[in-house]
Amino acid sequence: MSSPSQPLPTAPPADSKPPRVRFWMVCVAVLVLAIPLQLLVDAGLYSDVLNPYYLHLLTVIGMNIILVASLNLLNGYLGEFALGHAGFMAVGAYTAALLATKVLPGAAAMPPVIGTVLILLVSLGGAMIASAGVGYLIGLVTFKTVGDYLAIITLGFNMIIVNAIQNIEFVGGPRGFTGIPKNTNFVAVALCVLLTIGVLRNLIQSTFGRVWLSIRENAIAAELMGISIPKAKNWAFTIAAAFAGLAGGLWAQNQQFITPRSFDYSKTTEILVMLYLGGMASLSGSILGVVAYTVLMELLRNLLSTFAPQLAEWRMLISPLILIIIMLTRQTGLLGSREWSWLRPKQGA
Amino acid sequence: MALRISELTKSFGGLTAVAKFSLELGERDLQGIIGPNGAGKTTVFNLITGVYTPDSGQVLLGDKDTTRLASDAIARAGIARTFQNIRLFAQMSVLDNITMALHAHAGYGLLDATFRTATFRREEARLLTESRDHLARFGLLERQHEQAGSLPYGEQRRLEIARALATGPKVLLLDEPAAGMNPREVEELIQLIRQVHQDFPLAILLIEHQLPVVMELCREVQVLDFGQTIASGAPRDVVRNPLVIEAYLGEEEAPA
Repeated sequence: MSSPSQPLPTAPPADSKPPRVRFWMVCVAVLVLAIPLQLLVDAGLYSDVLNPYYLHLLTVIGMNIILVASLNLLNGYLGEFALGHAGFMAVGAYTAALLATKVLPGAAAMPPVIGTVLILLVSLGGAMIASAGVGYLIGLVTFKTVGDYLAIITLGFNMIIVNAIQNIEFVGGPRGFTGIPKNTNFVAVALCVLLTIGVLRNLIQSTFGRVWLSIRENAIAAELMGISIPKAKNWAFTIAAAFAGLAGGLWAQNQQFITPRSFDYSKTTEILVMLYLGGMASLSGSILGVVAYTVLMELLRNLLSTFAPQLAEWRMLISPLILIIIMLTRQTGLLGSREWSWLRPKQGA
Repeated sequence: MALRISELTKSFGGLTAVAKFSLELGERDLQGIIGPNGAGKTTVFNLITGVYTPDSGQVLLGDKDTTRLASDAIARAGIARTFQNIRLFAQMSVLDNITMALHAHAGYGLLDATFRTATFRREEARLLTESRDHLARFGLLERQHEQAGSLPYGEQRRLEIARALATGPKVLLLDEPAAGMNPREVEELIQLIRQVHQDFPLAILLIEHQLPVVMELCREVQVLDFGQTIASGAPRDVVRNPLVIEAYLGEEEAPA
């Protein structure tokens, strides 16, 4: 992902307009880098430089960007404090896994590449629809609940989902779901990231986004301007859940093995940490937060395993520690609510 | 008749906040409610706008009974209001505060927005033009890209009124618009309300603590004390009513 190297705007653009980086340019740049990279790694070329592990890392970053950006819709833009994002991810992951293994015919029965792409599209679509449905229900149940109560309910939902899956033998129960075909690669994930960021940006910069923000800013005033808050909230939950489901579907078909435990509240916490690290109500922040967090954790892993292997397990303490440090020292995260120019609306449009 | 309120009553616990409040607000009328602190003025507004549900009584907006509707439905039916303690969308731009208020006029759906269809672009451009025209009417166009919360107090009031009007209401409720203003700002506010009353086809109901505002603007006022209407009529007569003087000013002389 070349995106985080874009310059950070500090002031609104002056009258003399510099050539602006646009969203489509970023899309082209990402694909121009991603496709050859994937091909080279697949072919095993330059393996001394192009370590497959790096590609795996980029793939994980991509999936986490989808998770963090979609949670941002709820926690950053709508101003709620939802604590169940990994639950939506689990719904997506298990739906996709079921579709890819038990419902759809295997890729072997279809023409190469095209078969895999078809299975991927159908399984991801199914994952998004299933998660969106659950998100819609959560939105419906929480109706007029806000603040602490909403946080508790979503946390409860996350635990219910994990525990329910653990008790369903059909999908492997606590042992997990094995034998999922690897239908994704970095290019597929990159495309999904671009789709997610593009759709979220479009929605946020529409009347829907303004309504979500107004609810965050002053719910009573928004309501007295004719906004139906339950309806607006329900849309946000449905959309956020759909993208969390997309990430889950990608996750399942990338890791090829999922367990209920991988979607418990510690995964939710990890998503939250990346969100707060980057900055709320900023899609740029979501991207930067994920990249910064992932790179930091990987560096730590390497440093610890090289210099202090006996401390390797302590790495997991770092993530909650980061959350505490952000909350104490820089509550706005790395970017606050600023956006890179390619994610900002056109001025004077 | 723009707004007809009959015998609106609300108690909290044993305390009657508003008792049998009635009011008839004609088309393009401008009336006021005055009274000492805690008299139940804001409660009346909260009952009209559905923040509280009345125990009894009725609110008719035109022919439509809005008594038991939810706040957002009442707003969509055509009642807009401002708040005693300003409630802007502080971290949104001045422009977005207005554009947001036009949400009901956005002629596009979720899918149009998702994929930025031609409909979306056309409608969004129209919304922005309308919002900017609206801001210009209130002298706030130069401020369009600033955060609403960073405006000076007087302009925040003006923006709040502009935002309420952007929804195209039939009735505008202003809750103590002059609260916290200095005399010069109060003078500007009186001009603004007069202008709004002239330019927009609506009726205005005004709660105010500062008598000069009511005296200057309102055709008729009602005086509330402990939730009861103790007097009503032309402002000039009402402030000479001994009951009002006692409730409002203690035992002192009438103002003005």
